[in-house]
Amino acid sequence: MKNFIRKFYYGDIPDDKAGGDNNETSKNPPLGGRGADWPLWEVFIRSKQGLDHKHVGSLHAADAQMAIENARDVYTRRMEGISIWVVESKYIHASNPEEAGELYEPAVDKIYRHPTFYDLPDEVNHM
Amino acid sequence: MLNEMSVQDLEKIFQDKIDNEIKIEPKDWMPDAYRKTNIRQISQHAHSEIVGMLPEGNWISRAPSLKRKAILIAKVQDEAGHGLYLYSGCETLGITREETINDLHSGKAKYSSIFNYPTLTWADMGAIGWLVDGAAILNQVMLTRTSYGPYARAMVRICKEESFHQRQGFEILLVLSKGSDEQKAMCQDSINRWWWPSLMMFGPHDSESTNSEQSMKWKIKRKSNDELRQNFVDMCADQVKILGMKLPDDKLKWNEKTKHYEWGEINWDEFWNVVKGNGPCNKQRLQARKDAWEKGEWVREAAAAFAEKRKTKQQAA
Repeated sequence: MKNFIRKFYYGDIPDDKAGGDNNETSKNPPLGGRGADWPLWEVFIRSKQGLDHKHVGSLHAADAQMAIENARDVYTRRMEGISIWVVESKYIHASNPEEAGELYEPAVDKIYRHPTFYDLPDEVNHM
Repeated sequence: MLNEMSVQDLEKIFQDKIDNEIKIEPKDWMPDAYRKTNIRQISQHAHSEIVGMLPEGNWISRAPSLKRKAILIAKVQDEAGHGLYLYSGCETLGITREETINDLHSGKAKYSSIFNYPTLTWADMGAIGWLVDGAAILNQVMLTRTSYGPYARAMVRICKEESFHQRQGFEILLVLSKGSDEQKAMCQDSINRWWWPSLMMFGPHDSESTNSEQSMKWKIKRKSNDELRQNFVDMCADQVKILGMKLPDDKLKWNEKTKHYEWGEINWDEFWNVVKGNGPCNKQRLQARKDAWEKGEWVREAAAAFAEKRKTKQQAA
């Protein structure tokens, strides 16, 4: 069994697969101080009643309530939403793009799952 | 599976995706240089939004009416939001927010040079909206089709919000252009001062632009600097007529054959000088950003302490 699900944070690219050296960034001393280390949150917005929440972006916040308040200010300034979900990015688990081939392969040859597979006479209505 | 593939194979898969207009997403394999180019460009873009708040923030308390003040606050608030969308996009490439901001403060990362010019009169709020945001929009509309998914999505959101910025700017100038002689002069003066720096926003000539060719191949950029600049001149040369004003370029004229405007040459010495940090406001702008970080420390501490308190309360309940 391939490892289809991997603990894989959003935007977190493992060093060995990054296509290069991840660590070569700033050589300056860190800014430091509290607040430089607030966790990252993913934001999901329901644009209107009856629709799904949709991922819109991410932001840093000290806790969930602050994340929601910041999301309100950043992502709903023009009435884009009526409901906000936030989840700390580290709790998002994602499928692995390298395994996409095997993961979705079972669906590829099952065309009989689609209505267009069935050839019916034109006289058949309402179907 | 990936371990068995050579870098050449991976690069080929990557380039095939780009060629077929399939977006690159954060966890996909990408060449190191692609990652770095995107980090450089997106963070530079983010810094521009954030530093870009300063010249306009200068006029919030001096806007001529409550309506104009409310509009200006909304615009500056949008820019803070745009900075955030872009910083978040940048973080998906594996650099932390802290590092990104640190690079701005140390001078390692650049931001658009246009924000190193001072805003001397109220008309500058108009000229910035019309010309500076106008130039930015041309670039950003192109970037909604950039190959890196998170960057493209941030750009779609930004473009939706940005169009009011340009319209409100043009409207400010339109009102001034119908005002007293003094107001008309103020309008023309601001156009004179912002026109050339706005043309510089598109960057060096294609022949001088070191990153351009690779960026086009990777579809990070989809139009060249000179191409975008030409679009901009064509647009503005017509729009300025509605204001009854003039662009400060005596070489500007319509070419019937090419169906484009011809224009004079940018002062590239000035351009490089400002890029290198010697513009009128470079030091002031950077200092304002550093002060914001340092003087905001107590706010961050208070928020962290409050979150801690809230957590303790919830656990006790």
